[in-house]
Amino acid sequence: MSEKSINIKVKVWRQSDAKDKGRFETYDVSNVSTGSSFLEMMDAMNEDLVNSGKEPVAFDHDCREGICGMCSMYINGRAHGPDTLIPTCQLHMRKFTDGQTITVEPWRSKGFPVIKDLIVDRTAFDKILHAGGFISINTGNAPDANAIPVNKVDSDLAMDAAACIGCGACVATCKNSSALLFVSAKVSHLALLPQGKIEAARRAKAMVAVMDDLGFGSCSNTGACEMECPKGISLSNIARLNREYLVANVVD
Amino acid sequence: MAVLNSKVPEGPVHLKWSNYKENQNLVNPANKRKLDIIVVGTGLIGASAAASFAEMGFKVKAFCYQDSPRRAHSIAAQGGINAAKNYPNDGDSIYRLFYDTVKGGDYRARESNVYRLAEVSNEIIDQAVANGVPFARDYGGYLANRSFGGALVSRTFYARGQTGQQLLLGAYSGLNRQIALGNVTMYNRSEMMDLVIVDGRARGIVTRDMLTGKIESHFAHAVVLGTGGYGNVFFLSTNAMGSNGSAVWKAYKKGAFFADPAFVQIHPTCIPVHGDAQSKLTLMSESLRNDGRIWVPNKLEDAAAIREGKLKPTQIDEKDRDYYLERRYPAFGNLVPRDVASRAAKERCDAGFGVGTGQAVYLDFKASIERLGQHVIEDRYGNLFLMYEKIVDENPYKTPMMIYPAIHYTMGGTWVDYELQSTIPGLFVGGEANFSDHGANRLGASALMQGLADGYFVLPYTIQSYLADQITIARMNPADTPEFKKAEDEVNTYINKLMNVKGTESVDSLHKRLGKIMWEHVGMARNKEGLEKAITLIKELRKEFWEKVRIPGKAESLNVELEKANRVADFLELGELMARDGLLRKESCGGHFREEYQTEEGEALRRDDEFMFVGAWEYTGPDSEPILHKEELKYEAIEVKVRNYKK
Repeated sequence: MSEKSINIKVKVWRQSDAKDKGRFETYDVSNVSTGSSFLEMMDAMNEDLVNSGKEPVAFDHDCREGICGMCSMYINGRAHGPDTLIPTCQLHMRKFTDGQTITVEPWRSKGFPVIKDLIVDRTAFDKILHAGGFISINTGNAPDANAIPVNKVDSDLAMDAAACIGCGACVATCKNSSALLFVSAKVSHLALLPQGKIEAARRAKAMVAVMDDLGFGSCSNTGACEMECPKGISLSNIARLNREYLVANVVD
Repeated sequence: MAVLNSKVPEGPVHLKWSNYKENQNLVNPANKRKLDIIVVGTGLIGASAAASFAEMGFKVKAFCYQDSPRRAHSIAAQGGINAAKNYPNDGDSIYRLFYDTVKGGDYRARESNVYRLAEVSNEIIDQAVANGVPFARDYGGYLANRSFGGALVSRTFYARGQTGQQLLLGAYSGLNRQIALGNVTMYNRSEMMDLVIVDGRARGIVTRDMLTGKIESHFAHAVVLGTGGYGNVFFLSTNAMGSNGSAVWKAYKKGAFFADPAFVQIHPTCIPVHGDAQSKLTLMSESLRNDGRIWVPNKLEDAAAIREGKLKPTQIDEKDRDYYLERRYPAFGNLVPRDVASRAAKERCDAGFGVGTGQAVYLDFKASIERLGQHVIEDRYGNLFLMYEKIVDENPYKTPMMIYPAIHYTMGGTWVDYELQSTIPGLFVGGEANFSDHGANRLGASALMQGLADGYFVLPYTIQSYLADQITIARMNPADTPEFKKAEDEVNTYINKLMNVKGTESVDSLHKRLGKIMWEHVGMARNKEGLEKAITLIKELRKEFWEKVRIPGKAESLNVELEKANRVADFLELGELMARDGLLRKESCGGHFREEYQTEEGEALRRDDEFMFVGAWEYTGPDSEPILHKEELKYEAIEVKVRNYKK
């Protein structure tokens, strides 16, 4: 845990609004502790910009503990940067070296239009979930929590899928901008549980239809999404989605 | 005047909620469609309340400042949610959960509210499972439990170290279903700028669209705030960067009393501060104290050698370690409540036994790994260990974690009655944003319980009772209503004032200075002199803020600095009220530790004769002092004792 102080250059995407063409600008950031998080480095950069009367770089972030899914950047060409199993906020400066130029861009996908600088619009993900990412039960109708035992293996697999934080790294990484890893994680999470199994086929069909409408591409079969997912969501969820989707279409 | 009417129903404590429900007013389905409810915040309380209201037939407008309701900070809760299911057959009951919560809160919570919380806790687990929350299970397929601080039973349900995430996604899925059905209109990236009152009742809010800067008005027959706590007044906390106290603060300035602002929870197990660039603190779940043992070296020279990097913790012999919680509190050991554990860590570090930077203690899993095997520890806490390693760059399976207390939760908040209604009729406040259930200290795994209790099982009843009275009120068009127009004008004036300071200091630099004042004087140990000093310093800093703050860019577009400035301006007022409340409370209780009031052993000295009340502050204007109103606390179902975790 020996922390050093490094000087870096940040080549960052600036775009004033959705209509602006956008461009890269490069800023020097000096005396960055390698023990700082990447976003703390961004804070320092923004502090310098504000102090010189310039607008800081807008970026999405909130919990800064890797769970809210709000942070969303390409760093040196990779979604969430050069580390695995973490979103941007958990990335630390020890992954970078003195004198390095770090390139920072927003998610690039038709489904996620840029709003400003590094902020993109991810409401498409909410819309996909509106179509069926739930179990149709009203408050107050639930039986005792232990009334329906759930196989531990299924329950654990459901939890693996439910760990998705909805950040969109899968879409940003896919060369086709497919949202299939995101959609399949939700479909799998609910289909694996007896409570959600009843609506599984209908849910898969409805969510895929909205996903297609919103301009996300088809699966590239390269597995890049799984590689870059900060929560390690497995590709096997896509196979499970395909199964539910097939069932839905056979029933039709 | 007797202003505070807590409206606690008649009868013995275990029948109060049933009595309430049996006698409450109802609204017929045709009328429900004509009644609007605004919900601000989409964490556990906001999402569950919005979904439940919409299912009942009301028309709901929900607001959050994030890009999606799923991001609300409830998502970050790690360890679990309490319920009195007694599935492990270890002697738990509704009464025992109620008892532990009142005792954990150091007898400063309203008894009837806490009993209701314990009463509905079991239904929350049922509801969450039905919503698809993948709680941990045993091989038989039944739900698993673990232990949390302040309890001698295992009553905590959990989904690995992501219980808040899974519960929030459950509530959010219910919300999504209602959005799709057209019963909830969702406003993302919207900040509440003010509360609108018409004829003495809350009738809506003014918001700022954070993408366009547009100021908008929204009408409703009732307004619910589920906007979380104000821990970020300290700048560094475990809260999300955007977490703020502005909604409840604006409501306070419109007449909603603010209760017990000094009651702040300092969580004992957070990753220590690494340096000046630190932007936030990361919690390591309390659940780790099930299997981790907290210690520091018992020799000053060993502690010094560790700080200088000459010695590693793994080189310290067992006999040279001080497991100070086990030593001081044999009965509860490492599972004492958070306030007790935090103070004990500070005491050791202040005495020179701290490790790391001197402001850290060890949380050691060696014994558990030897007893259970690394795979068991991985299964229970894998994601937390990974998070620790990514942040600190050390492997906690091999070398003990370093932890230190950090600001985590605020027990204080808007004063509410039994119906969760504030002193403004029609304004309801739930979850962390209100004061009601945790007294002076919240037990672990009780925040998720309270958020969902309020949202799923309390507000749907109490708000209906209120709205039954409102069916003759037609929807108002804000454009034709002078009160809305006036509120919008005030918001625009306020934003212009902020933009036109055109100073030289960034919002963050001013916020950091406020945080330092708060941590030093209104933090883990407080005294009269420090609190008085804090009030003076905050006043000076507030003045400086309004002379020096610099907000680049325009108000009529996405402007992060403006968003932060609006929140920090409120923190600069709220911080002063916290110090004032701490000064008034000449006793130590829960998270509020006054150095002048402690036992010979250094334990908190509560003074029930003078301070067994909820202190609710009334705003009287920018230049005059707030007025304190007292709600006396009466304990009928529970015997008030000195908290003892030693035996």
